[in-house]
Amino acid sequence: MSEFAAFIAQTIRIAIPYLFAASGGVVAERAGVVSLTLEGFMLTGAFAATLGSYYSGSPWIGVLCGIGGGLLFGLIHAVASIRYRADQIVVGIAINLLAVGLTRFFLLMAFDSSSNSPRVPGFGVTGDSASLAGALLRNPLVWLGLLAIPAVAWLVHYTPFGLRVRAVGEHPAAAETLGVPVRRVRYLAVALSGILAGLGGVYLALDQHQFTDSMTAGRGFIALAAIIFGRWEPVRAGLACLLFAAAETLQIQLQGMQGIPSQFVQMIPYVLTIVAVGGFVARSTPPAALGKVED
Amino acid sequence: MTSSVGRRRVEEALLPPLVALLVALVVGDILIILVGQSPSAVFRLMLSGTWGNWYGFGQVLYKATTLICTGLAVSVALRAGLFNIGGEGQLAAGGFAAAVTGLVLPAGTPGLIAVPLCIVAALAAGGLVGAIPGVMKARFGAHEVIVTIMLNFIVLAFLNWIVASHLHVPETLHTPDMHAGTVARLMDWVPLFHGSAVNASLFIAIAAAAIVGWMLFRTRGGYELRAVGLQPDAAEYGGVRVGTVWIKAFVISGALAGLGGINYVLGYKHYYEEGFAAGAGFLGIAVALVGRNHPLGVIIAAFLFATLSQGGLAIHALVPKQMVEVLQGVVILAVAAAVPEVRRLVRSARGGVAE
Repeated sequence: MSEFAAFIAQTIRIAIPYLFAASGGVVAERAGVVSLTLEGFMLTGAFAATLGSYYSGSPWIGVLCGIGGGLLFGLIHAVASIRYRADQIVVGIAINLLAVGLTRFFLLMAFDSSSNSPRVPGFGVTGDSASLAGALLRNPLVWLGLLAIPAVAWLVHYTPFGLRVRAVGEHPAAAETLGVPVRRVRYLAVALSGILAGLGGVYLALDQHQFTDSMTAGRGFIALAAIIFGRWEPVRAGLACLLFAAAETLQIQLQGMQGIPSQFVQMIPYVLTIVAVGGFVARSTPPAALGKVED
Repeated sequence: MTSSVGRRRVEEALLPPLVALLVALVVGDILIILVGQSPSAVFRLMLSGTWGNWYGFGQVLYKATTLICTGLAVSVALRAGLFNIGGEGQLAAGGFAAAVTGLVLPAGTPGLIAVPLCIVAALAAGGLVGAIPGVMKARFGAHEVIVTIMLNFIVLAFLNWIVASHLHVPETLHTPDMHAGTVARLMDWVPLFHGSAVNASLFIAIAAAAIVGWMLFRTRGGYELRAVGLQPDAAEYGGVRVGTVWIKAFVISGALAGLGGINYVLGYKHYYEEGFAAGAGFLGIAVALVGRNHPLGVIIAAFLFATLSQGGLAIHALVPKQMVEVLQGVVILAVAAAVPEVRRLVRSARGGVAE
């Protein structure tokens, strides 16, 4: 039983950043804006949180800074994609590159290191696995992360804002005719995705009590994979996050035993996503106006 | 009439990269001042460390070689209206295939046989990885951006597994040295290039650009490819099989990215190493974008980005070389934002109907 509890705890620990990023990405994508940027948002959030926590000594200030970092990058994405109608895929790649470059540059300037920051105050407790569950329960970001998906599901499906998000993602011209401010809704959706994905990065940095170079390591793309695998539905995307995290946990716990090479476990989210977009499981249809620029 | 259209097209093509360079220069200035250095001194050092001496110039040529290939890869796909973000995986697959071919061939195989075999292997491996998103799109309607992103991770993890479990030299992440198929470094012919990694792959990359230009603009297949990129429905109506063109375009695109692998493997290290692609696949997108999807533009843009990345090393004593990564991101972002804006401005200034 305790092994099972450890498995659950480890799965949740790995899933939290995915849940944050996927919940943010789902809102932006449902509003019709491509979320290749989640990786960059997370990395910026992680770095800003580290800076805030280091200089203030309070992880809560770190959380605020991380939110600010994610929001800032979300706004860059929004201005380029909505105001300037730039190709959202290209913007996504640029923002991810920019996040890697800027965090490395300022890591060197702030901490004189090209690999990692010093230890900062955080929420995580690094110790034996027995105390992992307790540490998770005491980490407010874990609770927030678990709540993110239900909150976004409620937002998208049961609020006027959510209705507008879905309208501008499916048929912006019709929404415009009905008086929905398409651009403003998209701005808000992308800003929200920046904040939520940024929080995913905050969790990573404060859980590990430091920032390390490129510490998000593709997690933003796993979150994107979860969104697509979940067919753009918040709850299904959240379940996909848990599934991907459980696979990673299994791989970690089976390490040392002769079995499936770890590289193959790493492939699982990506292979499942390709299978999903190929329509082999069920028809997977993105929001109709995803990535399209209204004239 | 025609000349004004021609001029408009030139303006639309050239203005965005120029705007982007200007923006990057300003951002660069800000970062340099933040570090407490003088922008003019740093940019002068960047120039003298790249085009100002033979070693630096050789390194620029070396880095441009890979970027020409990955830039061509992205631009061929874009000409067909497809986004190939899988350059990173295709490049790695090409390099891996070339290294394994050189490893399998017996030592002493003449270069005239071994080198073409290795090149064909690189093209084939890249083309194979490229075929997957092409087929997925044509056959199942899967969006190529998602498939290529996911494939990058899959291909890299797969290659890492093969190398780690079967092929690596103990204590390293690379395969053993090739027995045959290496190409000459330029320093063997021009001693001034001493120490720099530039090699004969450069000429192969430039030849590839010429072939791509000929194919795109002088052959029927290229015409069909561009027609599909401009207006797939109209092309279909005109008798072009859009799905087939998508697959072909993706195979060619992947093969070109795979070709980039020979620069590192045949020309420089003579083995495949985990992570050798190091972002060159993604930078190919920037190169294609700045080069406006034209082979000649791609070559120029590849030199630009190669200069930036080598220049980062040159200025490292004054400013962290990471500044260059920031500037690369800024250039891409600015070009992407400037393209639609410039098109609108140019068209309204010329009295045409905007959009």
